[in-house]
Amino acid sequence: MKNSRLSDRFPKLENVERRIFLKQSLSIGALSLLAGCELTGDERVQEVLEGMSRWNDRAQAWLFDPKKLAPEYPESMITQPFPFNGYYPESEVRVIDETDYKLQLGGLIKEQKPWRLPELYALPQVSQVTRHICVEGWSAIGKWSGVRFSEFLQRVGADLTAKYVGFNCGDDYYSSIDMATALHPQTLLTFRFADQILPPKYGFPMKLRIPTKLGFKNPKHITEIFVVNDNPGGYWEDKGYNWFSGN
Amino acid sequence: MANWVKVHPLVVRITHWINVLAVLVMVTSGWRIYNASPLFESFTFPDALTLGGWLAGALQWHFAALWLLALNGLVYVVYGIVSGHFRRKLLPISPRAVLRDISQALRGRLAHEDLSVYNAAQRAAYLVLIFGFVVLILSGLAIWKPVQLQELAALMGGYEGARLLHFFAMSLVVLIVVVHVAMVALVPRTFPTMITGRLRRSS
Repeated sequence: MKNSRLSDRFPKLENVERRIFLKQSLSIGALSLLAGCELTGDERVQEVLEGMSRWNDRAQAWLFDPKKLAPEYPESMITQPFPFNGYYPESEVRVIDETDYKLQLGGLIKEQKPWRLPELYALPQVSQVTRHICVEGWSAIGKWSGVRFSEFLQRVGADLTAKYVGFNCGDDYYSSIDMATALHPQTLLTFRFADQILPPKYGFPMKLRIPTKLGFKNPKHITEIFVVNDNPGGYWEDKGYNWFSGN
Repeated sequence: MANWVKVHPLVVRITHWINVLAVLVMVTSGWRIYNASPLFESFTFPDALTLGGWLAGALQWHFAALWLLALNGLVYVVYGIVSGHFRRKLLPISPRAVLRDISQALRGRLAHEDLSVYNAAQRAAYLVLIFGFVVLILSGLAIWKPVQLQELAALMGGYEGARLLHFFAMSLVVLIVVVHVAMVALVPRTFPTMITGRLRRSS
């Protein structure tokens, strides 16, 4: 340790020490950054980070207010063109064949008869203009129309006391959400974007629109909906993205 | 007999070093998150300076360390107010004194005789730093929960406004930290006092 009296008498000595200190502090900074990179690969550190992510799931479920509505915007604020997003490039968008299409139901649902598109289009439709927020940070405002998911779940006799609703999709994507979010009044099973039947790039034949969740929790090209009590995970969720990912 | 001056209370030293760790993780993981969708298209952070390896990893670090940053910050602020530490060390402060001390510092003439008393430039820097952290945490909450905390987000111009504010608050905090570390390098005898809390009085 250093004595200030010494430095007052020997200013040159202080300069040397100053340089050494500067060097040391730089290397400490560099070291800790390097350590951080390696730490991410360490299994125990990974366990702690996963544990914190589960803790953050609980914190978000606690914070989630089932009556709180996401802000809605005038149609003049719709983002044009609305960006494409997915785990593959836009050139590889799957085109689902309308004639063969059936929505399958499974798990804790009483009436598991598959649904055809005209039957789904005949359900009471509502619209919303809301902000889609991507986990990457960008956001865009769009207009989606479809049936309230809570209404659909009630019609098919889903167990609304179950914990999770899972989705399998025509593009091999899969995801799942908590029941509270599934029953939120703005969670819509949508068939239209900007008043037109969903084009393939926005998820034909249907996209679950959830303005209270990040974009990747809004599955497109849904082919199966199931209600369960064990968390089914998801495509990005299983790779390390936070499961709840609520807004 | 050695004559010791108490410079930093124990709570301040502990919360300072926990904060160093938390800020290092928050800033480096935050830069990685920024890079996933840069606010300013022509500007990204070098990946070598970031933490997490990819977006999901960076988000895990960011959302784990936020609890450390927030709880540690809460302990520091509550201690600072209740113990009178803020009142004793950061006040009073006048704009004229701040300008005077900054100009003296720039000319290398700022005296550091008694390290237990902060000069006006230090007081201003630490107060602005605390303010910067408050803005960072509030804007971070607004980005995390733009629906549940939409009233907070609305104060910042909504989700996109909160993103901008979060970026600028980060820039302010990083700038002050860089100056702070440079100052410690220029007056190295201040460094051990943040560990031991005391300094041998010069006479």
